[in-house]
Amino acid sequence: MHYKHRIAWRAAREIKAGQIINLGIGIPTLIMDYLPDRQQVFVHSENGIWGMGPRAAAGREDPDLIDAGAAYATIVPGAAFFDTLTSFAIIRGGRIDLAFLGALQVAQNGDLANWIIPGQMTPGIGGGMELAQKSRKVIVLTTHVTKTGAPKIVKSCSLPLTAPACVAMIITDRAVIEVTDAGLCLKELAEGVSVADVVAATEAPLLVPEGELPRF
Amino acid sequence: MWPMSSSKIFSAAEACRSIADGATVLVGGFGQPGTPNRLLRQLLAQGTKQLTLVKNDASEPGLGISILIEAGRVAKLIASHVGLNPLAVALMHEGRLAIEVYPQGILAEKIRAGGAGLGGILTDIGLHLDTDRPAQLVEVAGARYKIEPALRGDVALIHAARADTMGNLVFTKTAGNFNPAMAMAADLVIVETGEIVPAGAIDPDHVHLPGAFVDRLVLVEKSAADYGVLKHHALQA
Repeated sequence: MHYKHRIAWRAAREIKAGQIINLGIGIPTLIMDYLPDRQQVFVHSENGIWGMGPRAAAGREDPDLIDAGAAYATIVPGAAFFDTLTSFAIIRGGRIDLAFLGALQVAQNGDLANWIIPGQMTPGIGGGMELAQKSRKVIVLTTHVTKTGAPKIVKSCSLPLTAPACVAMIITDRAVIEVTDAGLCLKELAEGVSVADVVAATEAPLLVPEGELPRF
Repeated sequence: MWPMSSSKIFSAAEACRSIADGATVLVGGFGQPGTPNRLLRQLLAQGTKQLTLVKNDASEPGLGISILIEAGRVAKLIASHVGLNPLAVALMHEGRLAIEVYPQGILAEKIRAGGAGLGGILTDIGLHLDTDRPAQLVEVAGARYKIEPALRGDVALIHAARADTMGNLVFTKTAGNFNPAMAMAADLVIVETGEIVPAGAIDPDHVHLPGAFVDRLVLVEKSAADYGVLKHHALQA
């Protein structure tokens, strides 16, 4: 399984029946392929859908129906469409149970940076700041290190924050890490990865429980 | 029987003629759905320049507002996300296009406030940010907020799925997005639509935006490529 799909597959196990979830751009959108029972989970898309389904099959696209990343989407029975004001009332009003977001950096206290690299990457904020700050739970899905090997899980973010202290869990290609009051806690390891590998690739200190860790 | 039956219906050229150089123009759309492509092509054709555009995103190269950006007609863009338009980002880095970004829902609420006769909104989103726009902070019931001033346009360019001759509008699927908010927040509101039906043909309970906000209607042919499926966003067969 490709590492991005492994992350998405593991992330899907965090979703509980009846939850309203939002999937950020990138790896989070792959979760759509691993939803256990689509009827019990309602996917919110900030461009105006509650009850989004999988991507539209080739030849079945509707030009008026896209997801927040501009891919052609579908809906499930019971879905609703609405405008941007209503969509962000759902977000800022606290109706998103679980948001899966990408990251440039996550700090040991749960700070998230994912919207700008000054002078290099300036995509704009989109809906990410409101999702990060107001969702009931935020799980970050990311590669453990950057393309040049630099740790993305750090003591303190050097990049401008999307939102402070908002991340509850980090799922990477190497590990599952929980953000706790005591610090970052290593919970699971990817197949073929050792505790030492993860510790070496993580700038922030990790609490490592006694005994064998579960694998994913 | 149908009052004002045709007084709001214009050609694209007639509807857009009064848009002046330097105008602030609110443009509906999130990506392509709901983007008033025909009206934007009219602005390009008539040479309107030094525009301040307000749109969720910068569109993609060759589409939507990007045709005006590429032609050097846009002095400033107020948006929430410009990542799908590398041309706009490059112009920004060259100092040839000013871009101001806001969180998406906050941008929408600033526009809603402008349309609703309010001075602005209070929000706790992004309180941690140091931006080049120093925030005015207030405390209400023990919580800190920043003031985001209301935002209005001289003109709003709107795309609706359907209108009646009174200007009552119906949007569809994800093509509603910023359109209803923007249609409330400009001095001149121009709506392009693929269908104009007689007054009374839309059930009043099903009207998404009342015609009270709409000044001009333009009937558009939606056969142009920019209204169709963009292959690069579709799954491959």
